[in-house]
Amino acid sequence: MRRPVIKAPLKYAPVKFAAALVSVAAVFAAATSCSPTPEATVSKTLKIVYQKSDSFTALDMVMQDAKKEFEASNSGVTVDLQPIQANDDDYGTKLALAQRSADTAPDVFYEDTFKVRSDVDAGYLLKLDSYLEKWDDWKSFSDAAKEAGRADDGGIYAVPLGTDTRAIWYNKSVLQKAGIPVPWQPKTWDEILTAARAIKASDPQVIPFTMYAGKGTGEGTVMQSFYELLYGTDSSLYDGDQKKWVVGSQGFRDSLAFLKTLYDEKLAVSPAEALDANVWKKVFGEWFPQGKLGATVEGSYSPSFWQKGGAYEWAGYEQEMGVAMFPTQKGQDPGGVSMSGGWTLAVGAKSKNPELAFSFLTTALNKKNALAFDVNNSQIAVRTDVASDPGYLAANPFVKDVSELVKVTHYRPATADYPRISTAVQVATESVITGKQSPEEAAAEYDATVRKLVGEDKVLEK
Amino acid sequence: MRIRRFLRLLPVFPAVLLLLVFLLAPVAWSFYASFTDAALSGKAARDPQWVGADNYVRMFSDDDFPFSAWLTVVFVVASAVLGQNVLGLLIALLMTRSRKAVAAWVGTAVVAAWVLPEIVAAFAAYAYFNWDGTLNQVVGALGGEGPDWLYSFPVVAIVLANTWRGTAFSMLVYRAALADVPRDVAEAALMDGARGWQRLAFITLPLIRSSIATNLMLITLQTLAVFTLIWVMTAGGPANASTTLPVLAYQEAFKFGDIGYGTAVASVLILLGMVFGAVYVRLLREQKT
Repeated sequence: MRRPVIKAPLKYAPVKFAAALVSVAAVFAAATSCSPTPEATVSKTLKIVYQKSDSFTALDMVMQDAKKEFEASNSGVTVDLQPIQANDDDYGTKLALAQRSADTAPDVFYEDTFKVRSDVDAGYLLKLDSYLEKWDDWKSFSDAAKEAGRADDGGIYAVPLGTDTRAIWYNKSVLQKAGIPVPWQPKTWDEILTAARAIKASDPQVIPFTMYAGKGTGEGTVMQSFYELLYGTDSSLYDGDQKKWVVGSQGFRDSLAFLKTLYDEKLAVSPAEALDANVWKKVFGEWFPQGKLGATVEGSYSPSFWQKGGAYEWAGYEQEMGVAMFPTQKGQDPGGVSMSGGWTLAVGAKSKNPELAFSFLTTALNKKNALAFDVNNSQIAVRTDVASDPGYLAANPFVKDVSELVKVTHYRPATADYPRISTAVQVATESVITGKQSPEEAAAEYDATVRKLVGEDKVLEK
Repeated sequence: MRIRRFLRLLPVFPAVLLLLVFLLAPVAWSFYASFTDAALSGKAARDPQWVGADNYVRMFSDDDFPFSAWLTVVFVVASAVLGQNVLGLLIALLMTRSRKAVAAWVGTAVVAAWVLPEIVAAFAAYAYFNWDGTLNQVVGALGGEGPDWLYSFPVVAIVLANTWRGTAFSMLVYRAALADVPRDVAEAALMDGARGWQRLAFITLPLIRSSIATNLMLITLQTLAVFTLIWVMTAGGPANASTTLPVLAYQEAFKFGDIGYGTAVASVLILLGMVFGAVYVRLLREQKT
C-alpha cells in the first residue's frame, strides 16, 4: 500500500551542506585570486595599472599617449595598460590585492598620496631616490610636491601628478535671485547660514547650501565637508607633532552642530539623498546646471566635469559658477580653510624591470603629459614649468583662485589607522543629520570609537 | 574487492581534488588568517603576525558584530525559514488544486526570479524599492505617498527581495514532494471526516517532513551567504542597519583592509551555518527513529 515518500535528499544532503559552507568562504577567496591577465611571457613588458571611470578619463588619455611615445622610443618593449574601472575605494582594494603576488603586481601604478606611507610599509613601492637623482625634470617639481611621495624612512617612493584644493562652488544666478551680491565670499559660518536662509526664502524649491554627510559619500564626506568645518575651528583631527588623535574638542561638536543646522533647516539636501553614494553626480550633473542648487563645497577639479569632454558638459559654467574660500568658524586666522589630496605614480617593488618602469614613469609625467592631465582633470600643477604655462592658466577661469588656496590648505594624516578614523567621522555626521544622535552624543561616540581603535596612549584631549 | 572499490572511486577523484584545492583550501586559509593580523596594506601586509584569538575577542567587544550577527539570524528566519519556505509550500499546495494553465503561469512567474542572475535580480529589486521606483510609482498612482524603502525600511526591503528571489526553489522542492504523497492516504482521511486543514497538518506535512528539512537546510545556507543582493540594494546601510555578516566581513576585509578581522567574521559565519545545519540534521534523524 504505502509507497516510499522519502526521496533521496537524505543521502546527499551532507555533501551539499559542505559545498554550501564552502561557497560562503569562496566568496572571499575568489576576491583574492582574480587576476584577469596571465603573466607576461616576454620579459620586456611593462604592466601599468591605473583608475578609469565614466567621469574620469583624463589619466587614460595621458597613459595612451605615454604608451605610444614610450613604445616608439624603446623598441621591443610592450606597454600593457590595465585601467581598473572602479571608484576610489574599490580601486585601492583591487590595487592592493594585485600587489600581493609578484605575478599580478604592476610595474607602474596610480597611487593616492595618503596611502603612500602604509603601502611603503607593506613593501609595495620601490624606493626612487637613486633614480630621481638622474632625472633632470625632478628639479622642476615644487618642494611641497616632492614631500607627497616621502615615506617614514625619509626616502621618496612616488611622484605626484597633481594636487587639489577644496572650495565653495556657487551658482551666481541663484545667489543673485536671493539678493546676495556676487562675487560672494562669506567670512564666518554664520554668513553662510544667513545666505542659505536668504536663498531658501526667495525660492523654497532650491537647495540653498548643501554639504556632504554620512557614509554614502565616503571620503567625500570628510574631505569636502567635515574637515573644512573642523579645521576652521581651533581644533584639528590629528596632532602631527605628538602623533596623537584629538578627542573631546569643542570644534568637533561645533562642526557637527553646523551640519545639523543645515539639515534640520532643510538648507541642505534631504538626509536620504545625502546617504546616496551617487549624490555628487546629481550635484554636478543636474542641480548646478539646472540652477537648483545654491552652493556646496567641492574640489578644485569641479570644472573637469563641466568642461568640453567632461562627464557633465555644461557650456555656461564659466559664467554661471563662482568659487569662494571656505571661511573659518568666526573668521579667525588665516581666514579660510581648504583640504588637499592628490595622486601619484609609483613603481612596483616587485617589478622585474625597475629601470624601464621608472623610465615609463618619467614619460607619463613629462611636461607635455603633466600639462594635459592637469588641464583635462582640473588639477593644480605640481611642476613649476606647468604652473607657469599659458595653456594651464587659460584652462578655466578658476585655476588662479583654487591654486591660491594651497596657502590655507591641510592634508589628511597619512597613517594606517586613518581609514577607520575617517569612517568614524562619517558615522558621526550620519547620526547627526538623520537625527539619531545630538552633536554631543555623536561626538562622544566618536571619541569612544577612536580610543578603542588607536588606544588610550594615542589620543589627546583638547 | 579492494581494488574494485578503488577503481569505482577513480572517476570522482578529479572532482574531489578540485573541491579540495579550490574550495576547502580557501576555507582552511581563511580560518588560519583569522588568527593573524593579515592586512591589505601597512606592515602587516608584508609580514602578518600570529595574534591568537585577538580578532575574536575584538569581535565580541565591538558593537557592530553582535548587531550584525543578530541581523543575519533575523534575515535568515524572516526571508528563508518563513518567507521562502512558507510561501513556497503555500504556492505548491495551491498549484496542486488549481487548473493546469493557472499553475503553469504562476510557476513561470515565480521561477523567473530564480532564473535571473543574482546581480540582475539585485538591480531589479533596487529599481523596485528605490524611492522613485516601481513600488512608489504604484503607490503614487493609487494616491498615496510611499516612503523611501531602502532608507527607512532597509531590512524589510532586503527580506522581501530575498523572499521574492528564492521562493521558486522551495516551490519546486514542495511540488515534487507533494506529487509523491499517495492519494489513497488522503482519501482515507477524507472518509474518516478530516477537514482540509487537518489533512494538511496530520497527513500531508508529516509525509513530506524530510523534504521540508532538506529544503530548510539548503535555503538557510544559501540565505546566510547572500551578499550581492544586499550590497546592491543598500550596501549595508543606512549606517549599519542592513549589514549582515557577509557584508560586514567584506567591509572589514576590503574596505578597511583588515583581512584578519574579515576572515574571523567569515569563520563565525561558517559556524553559524553549521549550527543551523546541525539543527536540521537532527530534525531528519528524529523522524527516522
